[in-house]
Amino acid sequence: MTTPTESEPTTDPAHATELTTVPLRHWGRAVTALVALTALVGVIGSLAKNPNVHWEIVGQYLFADLVFRGLATTLWLTVAAMVLGLVLGTVIAVLRLSKNPVLAGLGSLFVWFFRGTPLLVQIIFWGYAGALYQRIMIGVPFTHITFFSVDTNSVLTPAVAALLALGLNEAAYCSEIVRAGIQSVDIGQSEAAHSLGMPPALTLRRIVLPQAMRVIIPPMGNEVINMLKMTALVSIISAHDLMSNIQDVYAQNYQVIPMLVVAGAWYLALVTLLAGPQSWLERRFGRGTAATGPGVAARLLGGLFRRPDGKESR
Amino acid sequence: MSPAMVSARGVRKRFGPLEVLRGIDLEVGAGQVCCLLGPSGSGKSTLLRCMNHLEKIDGGQLSIDSDYVGYRRHGDKLLELNEREVARRRRDIGMVFQRFNLFGHLTAEENVMEAPVRVARLSKAAARERSRELLAQVGLADRAGHYPAQLSGGQQQRVAIARALAMRPKLMLFDEPTSALDPELVGDVLDVMRRLAADGMTMVVVTHEIGFAREVADTAVFMDDGVVVEHGDPREVLTRPRQQRTRDFLAKVL
Repeated sequence: MTTPTESEPTTDPAHATELTTVPLRHWGRAVTALVALTALVGVIGSLAKNPNVHWEIVGQYLFADLVFRGLATTLWLTVAAMVLGLVLGTVIAVLRLSKNPVLAGLGSLFVWFFRGTPLLVQIIFWGYAGALYQRIMIGVPFTHITFFSVDTNSVLTPAVAALLALGLNEAAYCSEIVRAGIQSVDIGQSEAAHSLGMPPALTLRRIVLPQAMRVIIPPMGNEVINMLKMTALVSIISAHDLMSNIQDVYAQNYQVIPMLVVAGAWYLALVTLLAGPQSWLERRFGRGTAATGPGVAARLLGGLFRRPDGKESR
Repeated sequence: MSPAMVSARGVRKRFGPLEVLRGIDLEVGAGQVCCLLGPSGSGKSTLLRCMNHLEKIDGGQLSIDSDYVGYRRHGDKLLELNEREVARRRRDIGMVFQRFNLFGHLTAEENVMEAPVRVARLSKAAARERSRELLAQVGLADRAGHYPAQLSGGQQQRVAIARALAMRPKLMLFDEPTSALDPELVGDVLDVMRRLAADGMTMVVVTHEIGFAREVADTAVFMDDGVVVEHGDPREVLTRPRQQRTRDFLAKVL
């Protein structure tokens, strides 16, 4: 806006009288908001009053022991499968970027296979792997020398099978995310590190990976959320996760809907809690970048508490 | 002449079908400043990058302080070095890049400390002290805690020089250190380089700053199309060039 100067003619309409500005009233917005809210309240109200939901059963099982035991399994399975996926995924990403064509090819083969077959198939496969190999042996291939041998079913419990299935599948996806992250770091960063006498492994660990994290973390947050929910699939091999236990209950009392409400509520609660650490990580690894925006949680809440003038209230 | 720090004999380098270095001969004595000049695409940056093995030469011999770059002499054989050995050799050679290449996730001070701590195994306290000294030397004592994105181009380049000096190199390579800078920031960087030269550092500088070359360099090397066209005293080469190609280039940049 230009500020009027004294040299301007006094006949300028803005100077004639004190004028008040009238902001445009967004009637359309108010109406659509009202309609949408009414619809939402209607749906919630109808669910709340629907006797078939059996809210008393939801209440009875929401904090049941069996649900908590399932939650514990779901949580450790999520964490362990994510750690396995991340570590193995990083190794595979490095393999795929390796100058050794055989290693790069093996990395690609891993991703092709584990990303190309349905997770459900992989879970069932690991659950029944005992039928494929009755014993697990470690020895020298093509000889009869064995160092170690064990019954498959005693090692490959449903929980271990679930962990392997989820972790290996996750590694395939993680490796792509990590690879994209590594490749997003300017080659000049590695050259500068090399020129200072830093060997390749040190350069990767100290210079490239920390800067790749900025690109890696947002999609990895998605992966964690996905993983938390994908653990429900392992109920197919009775791994005693939240979903397995919920299924066990409704197989007996036939209260499918209320039990699914219990499961859904817990998954939703856990996913909501995950937004906090993610936004912290994003800020932590965004250090040094000029524009360090608010994290996921701040973005979500910021949207709700934005003042009408467009500035955020903090 | 002082003993040679850099010695190139018939150095060749090709990228696919393109031969960028076609038999380069060059000597830089210890404590001397050598400026490489020439039009873009003449191979001067490639030659510089070959000196610390960021590029591998395809022919000829290149040695730094009597060690073959990327190779180890064993009897009458040259054995190629593995990555660790290459890294070991690079500790003694500082490099400054056109685009600074400061580590974006580290502060100015941490940038300078990184190699002394991780490579030279200096204690953090000692490395921090050295980092402070070096940042003060390049006039940035008050910027130690700033991230690269919070510094101007000229400041970033001076941090980059401090970072390269932190490993106490015997040779400093500068790859167009002022080409990415706004004109008013060039002076500060050149001042730092001038002082470094006065302190007796051996320097190879790829630059378009003719004035700097004339004033600071002991030798000016004019390259074009992968060969050395002319070399010698910068006052001779840059004021009374003998070759037509040198004259044409100088007419364009001056």
